Amino acid sequence: KDASTRYTMITNGGPLFVYVKAGRILRMTPIDFDDKDAASWTIQARGRQFTPRRQATVAPHALAMKSAVYSDKRVLYPMKRVDFDPHGERNPANRGKSAYVRISWNEALDMVAGEIQRQKRVHGPGAMTIAHGSHHQWGNVGYYLSALLRFGNLIGFTRVAANPDSWEGWYWGAMHHWGHSQRVGIAGNYGTVADCLQECEMIVFWSSDPESTNGAYMGFEGTQRRLWAKELGIEFVHIDPHFNPTAQLLGGRWIPIKPTTDPALAQAIMHVWVVEDLYDKAYVDERTTDFDAWRDHLLGKDDGVPKTPEWQAHETGVPAAVVRALARQWAGKKTYLAAGVAGSGFGGAGRGATGAQWARCMVMMMAMQGLGKPGINMGNLQAGTPVDHEFYFPGYADGGISGELQWNGNAVNNYQKMPHVITVNPVRQLIPKQQFPEAILQGKAVGYLWDGLATELQFAPFEYPAPGYSPIHMIYKYGGSFFSTLTQSRRMEEAYRHESIEFVVNQSIWMEGEAQFADLILPACTQFERFDIGEWGSGGGYLQHGFNGLNHRVVALQHQCIEPLGESKSDYEIFSLILQRLGLGAMFTEGCSELDWVKRVFDASDVARHVSWKEFCRKGYFVVPPEKPGLEPAVNFRWFAEGRVKDIAEPQPLPSQWSGEFGKGLQTPSGKFEFLPETLRRGDPDNPERPVLNRYIPAWEGPRAADTAAKFPLQMIATHSRYSFHTNVDGKNSFTNDIQDHRVRVRGHAYWVLRLNSEDAAARGIRHHDLVKVFNDRGAVICAADVSPMVAPGVVKSFEASAEYQPVEINGETVDIGGALNILTSARSQSRSTSSMAPNSCMVEVVVWNEHAVQRKAA
Amino acid sequence: MPFNERPRDMGTKLNLVIDVALCENCNNCVLAAKDELVGNTFDGYSAPHAPVGEGVVRIERHVRGEGHMVDVTYVPRMCFHCDNAPCVAAGQGAVRKRQDGVVLFDPVLARGRRDLVAACPYGAVVWNEEQQLPQTWFFDAHLLDAGWEVPRSAGVCPTGAIQLRRTDDDAMQREVASRGLRTLLPELALKPRVFYANLDRVDRVFVGGTITARIGPHVEVVPATQVELVRADEVVATCVSDAFGDFKFDGLLPHGGEHQIRARHSEHGEAVCAAAVGAASVFVGELRLSDS
Ligand SMILES: Nc1nc2c(c(=O)[nH]1)N[C@H]1C(S)=C(S)[C@@H](COP(=O)(O)OP(=O)(O)OC[C@H]3O[C@@H](n4cnc5c(=O)[nH]c(N)nc54)[C@H](O)[C@@H]3O)O[C@H]1N2
Ligand SMILES: Nc1nc2c(c(=O)[nH]1)N[C@H]1C(S)=C(S)[C@@H](COP(=O)(O)OP(=O)(O)OC[C@H]3O[C@@H](n4cnc5c(=O)[nH]c(N)nc54)[C@H](O)[C@@H]3O)O[C@H]1N2
Ligand code: SF4
Ligand code: SF4
Ligand code: SF4
Ligand SMILES: [Ca+2]
Ligand SMILES: [Ca+2]
Ligand SMILES: [Mo+4]
Repeated sequence: KDASTRYTMITNGGPLFVYVKAGRILRMTPIDFDDKDAASWTIQARGRQFTPRRQATVAPHALAMKSAVYSDKRVLYPMKRVDFDPHGERNPANRGKSAYVRISWNEALDMVAGEIQRQKRVHGPGAMTIAHGSHHQWGNVGYYLSALLRFGNLIGFTRVAANPDSWEGWYWGAMHHWGHSQRVGIAGNYGTVADCLQECEMIVFWSSDPESTNGAYMGFEGTQRRLWAKELGIEFVHIDPHFNPTAQLLGGRWIPIKPTTDPALAQAIMHVWVVEDLYDKAYVDERTTDFDAWRDHLLGKDDGVPKTPEWQAHETGVPAAVVRALARQWAGKKTYLAAGVAGSGFGGAGRGATGAQWARCMVMMMAMQGLGKPGINMGNLQAGTPVDHEFYFPGYADGGISGELQWNGNAVNNYQKMPHVITVNPVRQLIPKQQFPEAILQGKAVGYLWDGLATELQFAPFEYPAPGYSPIHMIYKYGGSFFSTLTQSRRMEEAYRHESIEFVVNQSIWMEGEAQFADLILPACTQFERFDIGEWGSGGGYLQHGFNGLNHRVVALQHQCIEPLGESKSDYEIFSLILQRLGLGAMFTEGCSELDWVKRVFDASDVARHVSWKEFCRKGYFVVPPEKPGLEPAVNFRWFAEGRVKDIAEPQPLPSQWSGEFGKGLQTPSGKFEFLPETLRRGDPDNPERPVLNRYIPAWEGPRAADTAAKFPLQMIATHSRYSFHTNVDGKNSFTNDIQDHRVRVRGHAYWVLRLNSEDAAARGIRHHDLVKVFNDRGAVICAADVSPMVAPGVVKSFEASAEYQPVEINGETVDIGGALNILTSARSQSRSTSSMAPNSCMVEVVVWNEHAVQRKAA
Repeated sequence: MPFNERPRDMGTKLNLVIDVALCENCNNCVLAAKDELVGNTFDGYSAPHAPVGEGVVRIERHVRGEGHMVDVTYVPRMCFHCDNAPCVAAGQGAVRKRQDGVVLFDPVLARGRRDLVAACPYGAVVWNEEQQLPQTWFFDAHLLDAGWEVPRSAGVCPTGAIQLRRTDDDAMQREVASRGLRTLLPELALKPRVFYANLDRVDRVFVGGTITARIGPHVEVVPATQVELVRADEVVATCVSDAFGDFKFDGLLPHGGEHQIRARHSEHGEAVCAAAVGAASVFVGELRLSDS
């Protein structure tokens, strides 16, 4: 009607219709299903029928994408740092300081290809590292686990071994009690939406804010289900230092808590259950091991300290009387425990110094209450819908076009359906991600592996550099998020400027974050400017069956909607042009354009059994029919609670990982839930920071670390940003800059928001929307204050992942006005013998900031 | 209206009903307005809105309470399409009232009319410096005229907080009466076409607290305590404490003056305290029962 063409797209925030007119994006809307699309499921609960809205709901960051595409911060042509000469002076010390000049694609590609070859010849394998973020614009072809990995394998690279940042606490802790290594220590969610609506009486949200974190990629799919729960009279409790948006919407009892003290609260609740006889004794007897030792610890028989509600009160700030009331409520009602984003793991409390202690307590509590019995499970209605779990479409971690068989799910998924040329990276050298700067600055680092194949793999340390391999001298950086997602991130400045780093190339869409530290910037385009294909919300890999957070499974052609802006190119195109210069072009492409690969993925999937390629392209998306009534997945853990053979269709643990009979029991050595984990006893028996018996050890940076707390009395948590997906759609003059709970404009600059309690603000003379300096010994960030009673006293809450890193020097002090709060967090691992991050253990002070933030670049 | 029901054509006039109890501040409506209006020209309806700065849909926050007893209500605000619109009068042709109720700032005739920003008592008009235009949320009339079922904001709202009512004025008034819908600043008598449900969460206050008692060795919270709110010796409200001992009298008019809270539990005794109701909600904290 308005001469526009309607394309389809899938983003990290959900699927979209994209209306394009005269080569420009006009608008983006959620997809409302039509009558020809597959039907929706219906759940019967308590005499009512619940059918979801026929829309693919979207997160706010999806609706702000147009502004990111047309951002004035887009990199539109290749750019070289003015004082970088690959054949002469490289001036590494000027990274992040000097300006850029535009160069041609030919010059740029020659420079990269030449440098890749030079590194190999001069330094040998491993001299180049590829560093990227954990997320990517959606898709199966262009994703970093797909095209980038294929590129990397063909040239060889030192891998940056990520810490399990999303699963922190669960991987290092909870996994030892209940297994699930292939879910990185968290549980699945099968069948829990129906069970929760039918049976549950109370949901305890513990460090869980699904209205902000959207089940990661699921838009607002869980929201309607939680509103159903409210209609049904299911009660809610929210244990969080922040009266978070989920608590705001649903109501219920908010229990404000000091960050990182949660294990103390959990132990006190368990203490009440023991002394008041409020736990499931039969379940504990039959399904768990070593409860006696844990009970004795709760009672203080081993250390003389009973873990009473009074014992925890000063620590947590939660009155003893509230703890008793909560403990009784919890035991007296059929209760779901919701930890983190989708209820069965994750959570900001896992990203503090006590993260593993907390996650361990969470699962111990459920073991005491009969995990898996009707109405007693993990979840927050964010996941576990009755969608069809067998319909095959690969998730983003299932291999794509990578040819890689080890570091993603290709070997068990996409490769088997879509054979393609296998690629192998012969460089086994790894850099632990959180020690990336030290690896460069000190030339060495030790890490512990994140590998979910088996519980035992986390115990073996690895060293950088690895014998025989070259230390890194070239960084191939993909995007620019590290200043706001890596801990103590100002370390990166020095690392980038280190003389051992001869070449930094950043393949970036926007001029933001670290892009300004590169010698050469290659302009990548957004997902709206290239072809891809994907299933909404489907991570695959460790996020197996993650699509069951959705009400309707949606597979879509991610259409190229517009031409790449300026001279930008798709990542795939850039890789193939570089590889052509190395004689590897055909090996990389197999003669395929991106659209050819898209069709190969389509053909290999079950969608091709339902609709033709032509039909799929015409409509743009396909809705997978829901599971047939009667064939819905069983409820997670019900088999375990009832002592039956496992009837959940998840291909884990592996056949060899059942200690007893195949299909019976958990992945733990005993097959039971272990209060004192055998795998810790075997693998790490004497670690005082991760004891076999999960005693409470206060955070190494927190209110109890006296000297720090005196100087920096406020606890800061910086958790996942509600209105952006990490750095995606933040900053760069995107629409989110004008969302009051995201950034606040003061004198023309959009400052990052810091929430603080009214009393703490009053004590410091801070008023709502004043500019404040948040600081500690590691640095200073200027934010806009959001003053309210919605954060616990003594706590400041903000978001991680500002896209902007803008250090400016004012009166001799360097402050960041971009909002990169990870400048302030500690790089220390949560505990010895782990590679884990603890950004939510961070002490700061906040003062009013009156200086004019003159936008002068720091020297 | 449930999500799955398509809005039925029950008349020709446009209204919006916004349930502030369902607004979760996701800002999808704010962003959808920007997505629709920034950078786009819709002849006869709108010139491109500014990419940076406050948009024509915005969210206003109202926080109540202290301690753990807090709540927050978000009020999405936009042009209310008043039937007695001062902007239409001031516009002298530059602002038009359509038959369907929509108030439309003409993107050509309104050029340079900065005065129209001040003409709106609701602050609904945004000045676009680059275009030299006063701009508003015009109900996505360009889309509705082209056959779209609902405006963008209603289409993206995850909770159904924003609902379109395509109905005649009498039917709308019946819903207003039956659901107690309200408009902002009714004393101005501008007859807005955007109605709110649950505005009590914004302009009424509560008095709350937590009932405790010493029971055996511990201080405990006490559920099921009868609590009365008393004013000038008259019981104005009663309630019962919940599982956490919390009680709350909500929906009170601000500035109600001195009150007394009387709590009585058959086993654990009684307690009394004073509570002064001013402009803001009051959380009295712990109220300890004792036998006397
Ligand atoms: N303080 C604190 N820190 C945290 C956390 C926390 O809770 N608190 N959470 C941690 C967790 S769980 C996570 S997952 C990490 C996330 O941290 P990151 O993964 O580092 O953050 P992202 O913003 O997702 O980074 C993605 C980068 O890839 C780029 N990119 C995306 N798509 C494309 C593309 O198509 N082409 C190219 N060339 N580039 C692309 C983006 O521009 C961006 O720079 O943060 C961790 N850090
Ligand atoms: N919109 C959006 N959604 C996202 C992301 C995003 O960037 N943007 N990122 C995605 C990714 S990669 C991940 S890993 C998940 C993360 O999902 P989560 O790990 O669940 O999210 P967080 O925001 O880190 O934490 C959730 C809640 O924990 C609270 N919290 C923090 N510290 C403590 C503590 O010590 N104790 C208690 N009790 N509570 C605490 C925070 O206040 C917050 O309300 O989110 C995903 N979803
Ligand atoms: S043998 Fe195994 S794989 Fe084959 S049909 Fe039976 S269960 Fe399935
Ligand atoms: S879209 Fe709905 S819930 Fe979100 S801010 Fe707007 S009215 Fe509120
Ligand atoms: S809200 Fe303001 S701009 Fe809109 S019709 Fe009423 S007076 Fe005019
Ligand atoms: Ca099936
Ligand atoms: Ca694997
Ligand atoms: Mo994550």
